[in-house]
Amino acid sequence: MSFRKVAVPLVAMVIFLALWELLVWANGWPNYIMASPSDLPAAYSRFWELFLVMGWQTLWRTVVGLLLAIAFGVLIGMIMGFSRTMRDALYPLLVGFNAIPKATVVPIVALLFVGAHDFNTILIAFMISFFPIAVSVSIGLSTLEPEYRDILRSLGASQSTIFWKIALPKTLPEFFGALKVAVTLAFIGTNLMEIVSPHGRGLGALFDSGKTNSDYPLMFAVLIALAFLGIVLYYVVVALEKVFAGWAERQPT
Amino acid sequence: MGEALIDIKGVTHAYATEAGPLPVLDNLNISVPEGGFVAVVGPSGCGKSTLTRLIAGLMKPDTGEVWLHGERVKSPRSTVGMAFQNPVLLEWRTILKNVMLPLEIVSTPMSKREQEERARHLLELVGLKGFEDKRPSELSGGMRQRASLCRSLIHKPEVLILDEPFGALDAFTREDLWQTMHRLKAEEPFTGVLITHDLRESIFLADQVVVLSGRPATTQYVMDIPREGIPTLDDLYTPEAADRLNILRHQIEIAQGRAPAEEAAE
Repeated sequence: MSFRKVAVPLVAMVIFLALWELLVWANGWPNYIMASPSDLPAAYSRFWELFLVMGWQTLWRTVVGLLLAIAFGVLIGMIMGFSRTMRDALYPLLVGFNAIPKATVVPIVALLFVGAHDFNTILIAFMISFFPIAVSVSIGLSTLEPEYRDILRSLGASQSTIFWKIALPKTLPEFFGALKVAVTLAFIGTNLMEIVSPHGRGLGALFDSGKTNSDYPLMFAVLIALAFLGIVLYYVVVALEKVFAGWAERQPT
Repeated sequence: MGEALIDIKGVTHAYATEAGPLPVLDNLNISVPEGGFVAVVGPSGCGKSTLTRLIAGLMKPDTGEVWLHGERVKSPRSTVGMAFQNPVLLEWRTILKNVMLPLEIVSTPMSKREQEERARHLLELVGLKGFEDKRPSELSGGMRQRASLCRSLIHKPEVLILDEPFGALDAFTREDLWQTMHRLKAEEPFTGVLITHDLRESIFLADQVVVLSGRPATTQYVMDIPREGIPTLDDLYTPEAADRLNILRHQIEIAQGRAPAEEAAE
């Protein structure tokens, strides 16, 4: 990790915060129109315990939802990748399901499983994030060049050997590409549930309480905290990608 | 020829398409003796690749039989090695691990150490010494094809099937690989079928050239190439070579339907 790799994004963030501060200052906006970065430290220091507790609640439920999305998405993707019939059958269903705004599903789920707040939140995070994974895995598997199968099949290899030795590793770069999209989607799902469903858990609930108490800097502080968690999780995925699919990255020559 | 290692007897095959059956091979007969190397040439889309898949047992012919070493081919067998125009190396493996891939599928009496030694030896034979631990993406197209050839030979197959392996390479690299093939064959004798579009390649590498007719393909013309030792590229510029190329080119034109067949010419 070179100095440049760390410095460049940090400088970009500082510039972003400066521009934000400048925008608020130049317009003379009070914090109930738009809070400025200088309002945030106060909000964090006042509610730091809540940020830790609720940030953790948001984080673990997002991760569990994401793990479920990976398991289910890979399964559906495998089914669609290997069987043309299943692909033709499932694609319209999946696309239709994905087109439904999840905000409309939240009250349905909340009514369906009243009180099961953790479960509901995980469910929404899962529902919103499995689609890109399923699509990428199915495309990765179905576009495997026939020669790749043939080099093993001509030696008498079984379908499962071909899957483990060739199809699965070859799909990993697409899978990680989709996982990067899914990570941020899962956060959106978790927060949707936390904001809409009145259980007082997670950063979404903290945002909501900021709203009811007219604590505008708190609302912005929550948004920044969410962005921070999103960045952390995203780079966890990037690190995993480097380990498992680092070969797909071309060396600059 | 009772001693044929590869014997293709009266093979006819058609693909099912929406417009009805599309015949690609029609009563095709080819036989290759042990140690022989037959080049199959013919117009595009005449079913040459279908032929390789039939020999490899990846497909079954509608009628007719394919025999390898006195056994009828009904399914893939580990005594076959294949290389395609696309080298299909696995990007996540090093060159050495790519070459050793078939040994993970077929059972071999070689110990792990012997396997690796053999892979290194083959790589050295094709001029890839020093590239064992590189990734395929770090190699040029010609080098990848060399590695692919090593992979097709690693498990000591009885039969080597080459489906236009040099088709995507530039002319100089291709000629270089032709010589590599002769070096390989001298050290690792194999019986082979080479599908190609390149007539010079066919007479340089093979000891028999089979010209297929247009679709549905059948054997249209067979030319034997006498072999004495390993040829050099200069041998391609002799009057004999020019005569052979002329004959083959004329046969291809007939196969394409651009020149009338001898009988019809009258």
